[in-house]
Order: sequence, then C-alpha cells, then structure tokens
Amino acid sequence: MKLDNIYQEEKKSNFAKVSEIIITMASRPSGFIGLSILVFHVILAFISPYIAPYDFKAINPTLMLQAPSAEYWFGTDDLGRDVFTRTILGGRTALTITFFGSLIALLWGGLLGIFCGLVGGKTDDIVMRIVDAFLSIPWILAMLLIVSLLGTSTEVLIPALGFFYGKGIVRVARAATHDVIAKDFIVSARARGHSNFSIIWNEIIPNVRDAILVEGAMRWSWMLLGFSSLSFLGFGVSPPTPDWGLMISNARGLMSFAYWSVIAPIVGLSSLIIGINLTADAFAKALGIDRSTKAPV
Amino acid sequence: MLFLIIKRILLGLITLFIVSLITFVGTEILPGDACTTYLERQAFGEQLEACYRRLGLNVPAYERYVSWAVNAIQGDFGYSLSGEMPIKEVLGPRIKNSLVLASAAIFIGIPIALILGIVTALWRDKLPDVAISTVTIFAMTIPEFISATLLILIIAIWLEWLPGIVIVPTDVSFLELLPNIILPVIAIAMIMTAHMARMVRSSVIQVMASEYVQMAILKGVPYWKMVFKHVLPNALLPAINVVALTIAWLLGGVVVTEVVFNYPGLGRLVIESISNRDLPTVQALAIILASIYVSINLLADLMTLMLNPRLKTLQIRK
Repeated sequence: MKLDNIYQEEKKSNFAKVSEIIITMASRPSGFIGLSILVFHVILAFISPYIAPYDFKAINPTLMLQAPSAEYWFGTDDLGRDVFTRTILGGRTALTITFFGSLIALLWGGLLGIFCGLVGGKTDDIVMRIVDAFLSIPWILAMLLIVSLLGTSTEVLIPALGFFYGKGIVRVARAATHDVIAKDFIVSARARGHSNFSIIWNEIIPNVRDAILVEGAMRWSWMLLGFSSLSFLGFGVSPPTPDWGLMISNARGLMSFAYWSVIAPIVGLSSLIIGINLTADAFAKALGIDRSTKAPV
Repeated sequence: MLFLIIKRILLGLITLFIVSLITFVGTEILPGDACTTYLERQAFGEQLEACYRRLGLNVPAYERYVSWAVNAIQGDFGYSLSGEMPIKEVLGPRIKNSLVLASAAIFIGIPIALILGIVTALWRDKLPDVAISTVTIFAMTIPEFISATLLILIIAIWLEWLPGIVIVPTDVSFLELLPNIILPVIAIAMIMTAHMARMVRSSVIQVMASEYVQMAILKGVPYWKMVFKHVLPNALLPAINVVALTIAWLLGGVVVTEVVFNYPGLGRLVIESISNRDLPTVQALAIILASIYVSINLLADLMTLMLNPRLKTLQIRK
C-alpha cells in the first residue's frame, strides 16, 4: 500500500503538481487574498488598454483637478487627464519590467550560486567577496547611477534591475546547494563519473529549485518597490507613460487640494506589492520553506 | 576568539577594497566623465585638455585610483564637480543630519520592535498576534514614499499637527531641527520596526519550540521566569545580525524618505549629486555608505561572538 502511494507520487504530471501547490496556497486566508490581488492585477494589466474610458495622455486644461464624479470616477489630475484611466494603466509597465527583471535575477543568481556552492574553494571565496561588495553598495545609488548615465529605456532597466536583485539570490542558491551537496545521491553521481554539468542539471537543480523560486518571488515584490521608487524619484519611466510611482510624485505637490489624484495610484501600487508579497509568502509555506528569519538583503 | 575577530575585520576591509574598485571601474566604464559632463557641448580640443589637466584625469586610470584611494583613506575625497567646495565639507553636515534621523528611528524602533515581536510570538495565532502581524505586513511592504506621502497628507495637511516638509538650511542646530524630523523619523521607524518585530517573533517561536524550553516547562519553571531567563537571551542573539542587516538595508530607503520630506541628509545628496552627474561625490558617497553597511554588519558579528554563551564556555574550558 505504501509503495503504491510512492509510485503515484512519482507519476504526477507537472500540471497536477503546480495546481496542488496553488490549492495549498489558496487554502490559507492570507494566501487566498494575495493570489486574488495578484490575479486581479495581472488580468487588469492585460485588459486595461481595452476598457480604459479615456486617452491616458489627453491633456484638457478646462478639466484641471476635477473632483471625482460620475464622469471621471477618480477625478482628473493637474493636466486634466482622467485619473481612473491612468490608474488602471499604471501597473502595466511596472509589472512587465519587474517580471522579466526577476526572471533574469533568478537565472543568473541561481546558476552562479549553484556553481559556487558546487565548486567551493578559491573560486567560491572570490565570487562571494565580490557579491558581498555589491551587496554593501546601496542598490538605489547603483541603480540611479546606471539609469542616469545609460537612460531609462526598458532595455536598460530590465537587465540592471535583474542584476542588482540577483546578487541576493546567489547567496540563497549557494546555501541551498551546500545543504544538498554532501548528500549520498550527489556522492554516488560523482562516483558514477557524471560531469559537473550533469550533476547540476539532474541532481542539484531539482533539489534547490524550490528555495530559489521562493526567493525569486520575494524579490519580485522588492524589485517592484525599487522600480516604483526610481519612477517616483524621476529616474524610472518617463512621462507621459502612466506609472504609479510617477503619478504619485506628480500629484504629491497638489495633494492638499486634490488628494484623489494621489490616493488612486497609492492604492494601486500598495495593493499590488502586498499581493505579490502575500503570494510569495504563501508559496514559501506551501513548499515548506521557512524564510521568516531572513533579513532583506 | 581574537583570531575570529581579526578575521572578521580583515574580511570587512577586503569587501571595502572591492567596493572601491567597483565604484571606480563603474564610473570609469560608463559613458561620459566629469569633464564631458561639466563642459557639455564645449567638450573638445583645448578646453577638454585643460579640464582633464585641472581635474588630474590625464594620467592613467590605475594611477588615479591609487592616489584617490590613498586620499580617501585620510578622509579627503577631493573636490566636487562644481569645484568650489571640498567633498569633505559638503559631507560633514549631511552625515550629521542623517545620523540624527537614523539614530532617532533606531532608538524608537528597537524597543517597540522587541515588545511587538515578543508579544506576537507568545500569543502566536491568537488575536494580538493576528492584529499586530497584519499591521507589520502592511508597514513593511508598502514603499517608503507611499507611507511618507500618506503621513504628510494625513498629519501635516488634514490634521495640521506638524510641518510636512523640512525647510531648514543644511547646517541647522539640533533643537531647530527637532520638530521637523518627527514625521521622517516615524516614516523610517515604521518600516524598520515592522521588519525587526517579525524577525524577533520567528526567533522567539523557534526557541520556544526547542528542547531545553520544553524541559524547563516540564520541570515546572514558572512561565514568565522561563520566558525571561531561558527564551529571550537565546532568542535575541540571532536577532542582532538580522537587525543589523535591516538597518543597513534601510540606507537605500532613507534616500527616498529624505527626498519626500526634503530633509538635508546623505540621501538627498545622493539624488542631487547624481542629477548633477557629480561623479567624484557619487564615488565618495558609495564608499561612505558601503563603509557604514560593512561596519554595522561587523559590529553585529562581533556582538554575536561576544554574547554567544557557547563561545564563552569554550574559553573557560581552555
């Protein structure tokens, strides 16, 4: 009977595994809330260009700073643009850039970490010193410098964010590799004469994948925070692109008499970040990984 | 023990050395240099040569690195791009202001974080835990510029209790600064406290589940005596490192908070010098911020080493 169970476990398709994880995540209240918010934002990002009631860049001086009304649900901003339109469009750029940025971070951080954990010795020492050095430079300083010198195009932002948020993943992947490296199956793979590449691909990655994915999910929410901070400071996407960070920074000066134009993007951005965060947390718990004792690095 | 301490200090110094190399090489390989930015369209021929000579950019890169590093160790970072003020003098009051902000946030944040963390851990999954944990999740996930903007909107604009924006000269005395820093301190302390409280919570929960605590319970040690004598000393030790990392991590967040409140600290200098493409100042800032990060971590490492009861007994046995 027991053997039978194990056999069935093996036979599960990837789809079944993923849906099982999602069901486990949604069975906690916090995970359910997080997933719903995230799904809502992703769907909104896809359909918002089709449902937006106005043109996001249509400037209309006669409609400056209108309070919310039946016609303009969230009011208008200082250039007479519809705040509702800009708010529902405001997550698209941020979501796209940070999603691909996180993928890059996952890839290079994960692979370098596994490599360092596997080879150890001098190479490991040197790489980890360099990673430590990069960690000790505040990310915002480095990002601002790169963006101010190379421009704020997507081709600059995605790799730059991917690089700076990947260095923390190096440490996590390395630590996870250290945990499995001494296990018998690795020793026996070595004894069978497998190459380093084969050991990484067949033995290590399946065992450290969960830890790295969880870290990547967490980093996604931090990257979103970082990207929005850049936009807020005027170093992210350029106007008139609708972007929450940019909208908040523009509307901030006028919020004493037009608070609606700052509240709407605040709700949008906060809910998305909280959604990703709760989802990442639930994902970690569903996979049985405890990351509550870790500091944000 | 002494060997361990020396090793940690050496590792920190090596990290700083690599940081200095990275910032130097980084500003070197990125397009444009101090002279082309300074002269803008007139950056060619005679004038460019003269500028290179004036700023000493006409010698090979490695020579410039060595002389820059030697001076930097002595606290001399050269002149800022505008060329009028030594960077050292620009930095002085800024560091002081940021230090005031950070230490106020730390002194308020740490006790609150300890209390919240311990309360949530001891009443795990009960009402106090659920309520406080929900608030901390909000406080630590919402970006600094959002919480700061909301604080200004609610407390400064709607309630009119405190000034929303700091409008003081850079070298202002402490007492004049005080009413201005309350909101920025709250904004920074909120995120920091939330992070630390969650770490203290999980650390306490871990210790509560350990065998020696179970043993103490079975022996009939009174609950609060057990908490204060057995649980807290062991739970707070690993928290030191994490607290240090959180503080160091906040260096980035402080930049944004200082900009929102127009606070004349290091963070706003980062934005100003990058907007002006003032690379010498950016280099100096990178080194200083990295040194702060490395020394906070070093301090935390050393504290853990000193306070670790296992290492103490190791010495006695020797």
